[in-house]
Amino acid sequence: MYRTKFFDHVILLFGVFIMVAPVVVAFMTSTHEAADIHRNGLSLTWGGHFVETYETVLTRKGGFTGKITGLNMMMNSMILGLGFALGKIVLSMLAAYAIVYFRFRLGTFFFWIIFTTLLLPLEVRILPSYEVMNTLKLTNTYTGLIVPLLASATGTFYFRQFFKSVPDELLEAARIDGAGPFKFFIDVLVPLSRTMMAAIFIIMFVYGWNQYLWPTLMTTDEGFFTLVRGIKQILLVWVGSNIPDYNEAFALAILAMLPPVLIVVIFQRWFIKGLTESDK
Amino acid sequence: MAAITIAEVSKIYTGNVEAVKSVSIDIEDGEFIVLVGPSGCGKSTLLRMVAGLEGISKGTVKIGSRVINEVDPAERDIAMVFQNYALYPHMTVYQNLAYGLKNRKTPKAEIDARVAEAARMLEIEPYLDRKPRALSGGQRQRVAMGRAIVRKPAAFLFDEPLSNLDAKLRVSMRGEIKRLQKRLGTTSLYVTHDQLEAMTLADRLVVLNGGRIEQIGRPLEVYHRPASTFVASFIGSPAMNLIKGRIEGARLHIGAYRIDLGDRAPAEGGAVTVGLRAEDLRLAGVGEDAMLFQVDYVEELGAQRLVHGTIEDQALTLALSPEVSLSGDLAVTIATDRLHFFSPENGKRLERGASFANSGESARPLSLEPAW
Repeated sequence: MYRTKFFDHVILLFGVFIMVAPVVVAFMTSTHEAADIHRNGLSLTWGGHFVETYETVLTRKGGFTGKITGLNMMMNSMILGLGFALGKIVLSMLAAYAIVYFRFRLGTFFFWIIFTTLLLPLEVRILPSYEVMNTLKLTNTYTGLIVPLLASATGTFYFRQFFKSVPDELLEAARIDGAGPFKFFIDVLVPLSRTMMAAIFIIMFVYGWNQYLWPTLMTTDEGFFTLVRGIKQILLVWVGSNIPDYNEAFALAILAMLPPVLIVVIFQRWFIKGLTESDK
Repeated sequence: MAAITIAEVSKIYTGNVEAVKSVSIDIEDGEFIVLVGPSGCGKSTLLRMVAGLEGISKGTVKIGSRVINEVDPAERDIAMVFQNYALYPHMTVYQNLAYGLKNRKTPKAEIDARVAEAARMLEIEPYLDRKPRALSGGQRQRVAMGRAIVRKPAAFLFDEPLSNLDAKLRVSMRGEIKRLQKRLGTTSLYVTHDQLEAMTLADRLVVLNGGRIEQIGRPLEVYHRPASTFVASFIGSPAMNLIKGRIEGARLHIGAYRIDLGDRAPAEGGAVTVGLRAEDLRLAGVGEDAMLFQVDYVEELGAQRLVHGTIEDQALTLALSPEVSLSGDLAVTIATDRLHFFSPENGKRLERGASFANSGESARPLSLEPAW
């Protein structure tokens, strides 16, 4: 067996340092006052203003119209992240189910059409998508924020591969047991895909949470602002001799990081299971 | 419970590949029928057509008096046991057994009673709360059978259910399937490629080759009167020896040897394929007419010893008792009443003794042959 040596630990520690140090710096800096940060730059020491800063960030109404707090923004981000991830899972599972289990004309062709949309990320189709949502009068709604992002080639592909690995006999046994297409999906495929769903949920939640460009375009009403946009908003107040609230920006960045980190930590075990083994 | 009538059923796949060619089988109520044949002979396809998992291209399948060609598998009143068990991995054993009943809206109390009964019968009661993952292969196969039993179907369909088990377990499960089927009296259709399984389980077995029926008959009937060289070589282990010979009058010529068949010669003279089982050859006693058997190699089976070798350059296998000491080549003799004759052209069985009926001599009617 390979015994870990001192040098291996050095490499790992170095990696950890590179990953964690910026976060620590951001956190420490966020506990200082804005003026201090402006004067002294980033800091590695405890500034002592943790409670005030985070309280302000979470509860003070900010923005131009002054009607959104950090908590509201977090809620918006949560709605976007959850809606994005869950919607994608539902949609891509159904799409994969249709592609794998129903023999319709040009099924494979349609799969590859879906697959090639991987080459067309949101950024490429952002203007037409916006135009469609605008025509439907869905700007500044959660629907408009989430629905156009739901189609997922990645998710469809993952589930297709997974469904293909489910033995045919299971479907046949279910058919003889009197389960129709819908029952088979709900009673057999969905429970079997649990780990897959968890894995995709993590990826998609983080992806949705971190969306910046699309929410910026879709929501002009500050009531719909997400955390990621909020950070930007704080730094935007650089008018005249105002010092931007660096501490609040850092605090918000830390807060914005928390939920994805928590999700990954909580689902980690399932995530690895879902991507590496199948529960058959 | 019901009879199954398979009438001139064919399966034609796209590209005009005919996997099953006009097969007809009448299965009586409560009968255990085994479909046996090499892989690709269409036996699984036939079973799956009865199950409703494959469409029927031609012909009709009836369960009881109902034509079920277009009936959904769930409505056919059949239950199937699969080779890889096909248990739902995320459900407990209890849920696996109950799933089919639940979908049929059976009352909860009834489900409980039936599952309990099946579990008792199969001795899987201690595992009802476990997931299939936590069971051994044999236990999984019992659960798969339990899933079939709880439904109380008109017919059981088995698709090579023992192929995934190890040899020892296979033998004990074989016995159990047989016992269970006798006890429940449910019509069963069983697919296997293992001739031993076919012989031991079947009330009647159906030997399939290339999508056609070669022979239908009770196991011993098929063993003792194979209808063709294919059946002769497929049923029985070791496979029946098939060698070339010539019939001239009442004599069989094998190379330079002549064997007097008396009234047992086949109807037609000329070239024949002679079939003889390994156990129907024996060592010649002193002074007996004998053939020289050149030993190639020996397989020890414990109770038996299989000697492979040649007579007149034709390969043969000989089953001898292990007590006999072997040294060099052997002198062997054939039990002439146990010989089988097949046409060398189409491999069909040639009946014996008919020529004498034509020539007016006292021929043995076929019915006087040993009653199998």
